[in-house]
Amino acid sequence: MRWRPRLAEGTAPVLVVLALLLVALAFAGSAYSEPAGYLALLKRAAPLVILAIGQYFVIVSGGFDLSVGSLVTAEVVIAARLIDGDDANTAWVIALLLGFGILVGLVNGLITTRLLVPSFIVTLGMLLVLDGAVFLWSGGAPRGALSPSFRVFGRGGVDVPVLGQVPWSVIILLVVLIAAVLFMRGGTGRTLVAVGDNENAVRLAGGRVEALRLLAFVLSGVLAALAAILLAGFAGVSAQVGQGLEFRAITAVVLGGVLLGGGRGSVVAAAAGALSLEALFSLLNLLGVPAALESAVQGVIIIAAVAYANLGGRLRLRKPSPSVP
Amino acid sequence: MTVSLEGITKSFLGVPVLRGVDLELRAGEVHALVGGNGAGKSTLLKVLAGVHRPDSGRIVVGDKEKTFAAPRDAQAAGIAIIHQEFNLLENRTVAENVFLGREPVRRGQVDRRAMRAETAKLLDWLGEDGIDPAVEVARLSVARKQVVEIVKALSTEATVLAMDEPTAALADHEVELLYDLVRRLRERGIAILYVSHRMREVFDLSQRITVLKDGAFVVCSATEDLTSDQLVRHMVGRPLDALYPERPAEVGEVRLSLRGAGNARVRDLSFDIRAGEIVGLAGLQGSGRSAIARAIWGVEPFTTGVMELDGAPVRVTRPRAAVRKGIGYVTEDRKGEGLALRQSVRDNALLVRRAALRGAVSRRSGDLAALLKSVAVVSRGQHQEVRYLSGGNQQKVVLGKWLAVRPRVLIVDEPTRGIDVGAKQAVYRLLRDLAADGVAILMISSELPELIGMSDRILVMHDGAIAGELPAGASEEAVMGLATGHAIGDVA
Amino acid sequence: MSLLQETPSRPRRASSVRARRFTLTPTTTVYLALVALLIIGSVLVAIDGGVLLDQGGILNILTRSTVLGLVAIGQTMVIVTGSLDLSVAYLVGLCSLVAAETMAGSESMMVPGVLLALAVAAVVGLINGLVITVLKAHAFIATLGIALVIKGYLEHTYTGPAGSVPRTFQHLGYDRIGPVPIAALLMLLIGAGAWWYLRRTRPGYHMYAVGGDLEVARLSGVRTGRTIVMAHVLCAVAAGLAGVFLASRLGSGAPYVGTDAGYDLESIAAVVLGGTVLAGGRGGVVGTIGGVLILSTLDTIFDDLAVDPFFKDVVRGVVLIVAVALYARRQLAGQLSGRSA
Repeated sequence: MRWRPRLAEGTAPVLVVLALLLVALAFAGSAYSEPAGYLALLKRAAPLVILAIGQYFVIVSGGFDLSVGSLVTAEVVIAARLIDGDDANTAWVIALLLGFGILVGLVNGLITTRLLVPSFIVTLGMLLVLDGAVFLWSGGAPRGALSPSFRVFGRGGVDVPVLGQVPWSVIILLVVLIAAVLFMRGGTGRTLVAVGDNENAVRLAGGRVEALRLLAFVLSGVLAALAAILLAGFAGVSAQVGQGLEFRAITAVVLGGVLLGGGRGSVVAAAAGALSLEALFSLLNLLGVPAALESAVQGVIIIAAVAYANLGGRLRLRKPSPSVP
Repeated sequence: MTVSLEGITKSFLGVPVLRGVDLELRAGEVHALVGGNGAGKSTLLKVLAGVHRPDSGRIVVGDKEKTFAAPRDAQAAGIAIIHQEFNLLENRTVAENVFLGREPVRRGQVDRRAMRAETAKLLDWLGEDGIDPAVEVARLSVARKQVVEIVKALSTEATVLAMDEPTAALADHEVELLYDLVRRLRERGIAILYVSHRMREVFDLSQRITVLKDGAFVVCSATEDLTSDQLVRHMVGRPLDALYPERPAEVGEVRLSLRGAGNARVRDLSFDIRAGEIVGLAGLQGSGRSAIARAIWGVEPFTTGVMELDGAPVRVTRPRAAVRKGIGYVTEDRKGEGLALRQSVRDNALLVRRAALRGAVSRRSGDLAALLKSVAVVSRGQHQEVRYLSGGNQQKVVLGKWLAVRPRVLIVDEPTRGIDVGAKQAVYRLLRDLAADGVAILMISSELPELIGMSDRILVMHDGAIAGELPAGASEEAVMGLATGHAIGDVA
Repeated sequence: MSLLQETPSRPRRASSVRARRFTLTPTTTVYLALVALLIIGSVLVAIDGGVLLDQGGILNILTRSTVLGLVAIGQTMVIVTGSLDLSVAYLVGLCSLVAAETMAGSESMMVPGVLLALAVAAVVGLINGLVITVLKAHAFIATLGIALVIKGYLEHTYTGPAGSVPRTFQHLGYDRIGPVPIAALLMLLIGAGAWWYLRRTRPGYHMYAVGGDLEVARLSGVRTGRTIVMAHVLCAVAAGLAGVFLASRLGSGAPYVGTDAGYDLESIAAVVLGGTVLAGGRGGVVGTIGGVLILSTLDTIFDDLAVDPFFKDVVRGVVLIVAVALYARRQLAGQLSGRSA
């Protein structure tokens, strides 16, 4: 059977951009002349990519999740306080963190689907609640400390024959990505996209629109928890760790050609969008662009990317068929 | 005033949609524009409306050549369009909608009083003084929204009025009144372009007919010089032999049965549908026709009585339950409820199977290809997005969606709305084949010839209840008589 | 003769209009909620041994409302038009800097300072609008992108407060008539202007039309692009005014004064709390000001009760969700429910 790679509409540009950035990195910095450099990039990028994958599920089904940044902060603060530097606490705290992510996703999803509040508002409210509640609980500043066994997921790695040491976060990222791709290729994943396109059609086809939406928020919540675990291990505890991550994740997803409002886009492209964003930051860094200007460049890039997708991409990608009666 | 389009061509991304079309609209004349789907009617309409700019060709209004860069330019030239889909803002009032884009301004403010008065005047002129100009459009019924559409067009002082399938949303008795309105507009010296799929309307109303086929001009002729056979031949390029397939000799067991079923909208329904049978459901808009479908289907479930499927009582309280019990529903609102337009042909065809039935989705595309072939979808492959398909092909995908789950009962609501003659015939054959396979079909349609041509028997709804049952081949008059609740002639 | 066989419409016509007037619209709900909140707050504060609505309390509520009110009035216009502006928070900071640096303590530069700040705001709004209409970027992404560009500029150029306003200019921030600050009156005046613009002028009508259904507006001859750009320019100018007011209050420009208060999301919250539909086409300024007053009253009550500041955020989030859930419920009740529970 003939297999032809089939990319969802809007996927190709981000892959090209990513490839160009990776090549540019190789020229710009000596660290990128060997796999280790790219592995380090992947390790850095892993939390954002995982967040973007979670955000993808919500966006493609027609929603927004603005609460993931606060959720990441909340998770990290909770982790530090509960673990309090003791390795013995690592296992149950990780379970609790993932559970908390699921809980937040459930609340977001239930309010969106049952009370019919737009997800933008629900997750904005959740953002405020999480921001306030976590510091109310921890007394204004993060307390406690992470344990070495907790931080290993964000910092450590395992030895792999050919590649040398592969970071745990990269392995976790790959597992998440593969699972996400398989999910999206299956019936449930396809129906999720259809919900973002036309929920009436899915409902009248007998689909459980509310359950699918809820699932998307839960996935976003649990993946945010996972990203928080990696990020805490990598960067340590701070009250600012999740600040602005929700916008960065949404930017990454949009950069991947996923349509805001739902109904179109692939999860691979969303992940590639997140990786492109991190690669871009690394490149700007190598080129000596002041850190302060990074966000300005990021701003210009996302506008340019979306404008390209809407104006330039249309010419080649969208062709009406000859309509035949 | 005369408006003429001369040698209009238009391509989208290299695909020609109009290839040199001429059209002349004269004051006081109804000019019908007919053609199959993809013939270029809507594109031509949009050129006239200033939505699309032609690649070449001239638009002449009176004796001046004009260029329409935007809809407002066409409006300024006295051209108004009534689009097939409602162009109304649900959350604004009737008056605000009527004057949208042309609000009268007095001393720097919108003159709301003048707007309301003028709207009321136009509504009165139409004999529609029951509509309050200050009420939000969202609170009006579908048919009243169309009245607002017409008023909106009239208020532009239009001398040319283009109507795209204006009867699509109307029931039969309303169509008569629309005819009346169109004739009155014509007598006032307005040039009318009337786009329709319905033969009868074209012959009833128009003085001239222009036929388009595949974007090209075929013929323009005085209506009286054409027979309907000739017209169909112009449209499809071949004579249309038997439009409706033959009825089977016998039917099977009772599949679906209602006993005294009812809810807030319909009452006391008792009828059976047998395997292999196509039962027609007629009635005026608002008579409860579609409400029956939506009740069987669990959108607004029955609250009284019994529904039986294959002899066993069932309770269906949501669509999901209906699908899992083997009931399919082809909605009348193809784009709003039937298809996920940005998804591929494949994803749409598999939608029901994936959404409602757990697992068991065949990975082999061979299976699906066979299915799509059986419904005769013409597309550029399974991965093409359905929004790029013609209306007829989209409808075939909707049917394919249900075929993929092999329903025992299929309800089809306006299955041929907005699709052309060729595609209609394909849909008819498909429904008949399905019935032959043992599916029980309930068919709802506002087009009486179609309903009579297809049904093995016809149930007629009036005011939420079944007014009577007619055998195959009943006359249109008989159906209308039952549907209106009194003798024909009394309708208005 | 009626085209439509519908039940007697004459009697219904009169009653439907009257019924509509007396229905609880989101706007009336907001003000009822505000009154309820003031009563409950007064009782709670009284139990605590204080007075909520004394001179200081009123002053406090109105002062808090001024900046958020200005930003939210602008945000209302954008949201009614079916768009969104996430760049307002950074824009507030930027405009406070432009005003303060231009004035540089000199009284003669007051007017140029204000005008320049507003001009900068208008240009940013123009860019927002053009990116959305010409480059066809989703408003969320377009304004987020512009926000990031402003953020980069601020981070690169400033490390802290800069510029200074003359003493005279600080009157704008501090003068009051009785318990009512002049600035709050100005905010209300601008709110009234925005109300008039949206409800009584053609461009305002067109904003509702574009927000209600872009395609319908376009086909009806509304210049949709121009309308969207206009909404963004007006929104940005309102944010610019907020920046100017903050400069007058702080005595200098501060780069993060807008983001620290979270005016981007906060203003959207206030607008939605005020009953404007996030998707556009419905709502208005009156409700928004009610929403702003509710938020600042909540803050004042919590301050009087000496509640942990983090608790405020939690309450804010809950209030927002509950309010919108109530509106959604009411709207649903008005429609025919096609869904089975």
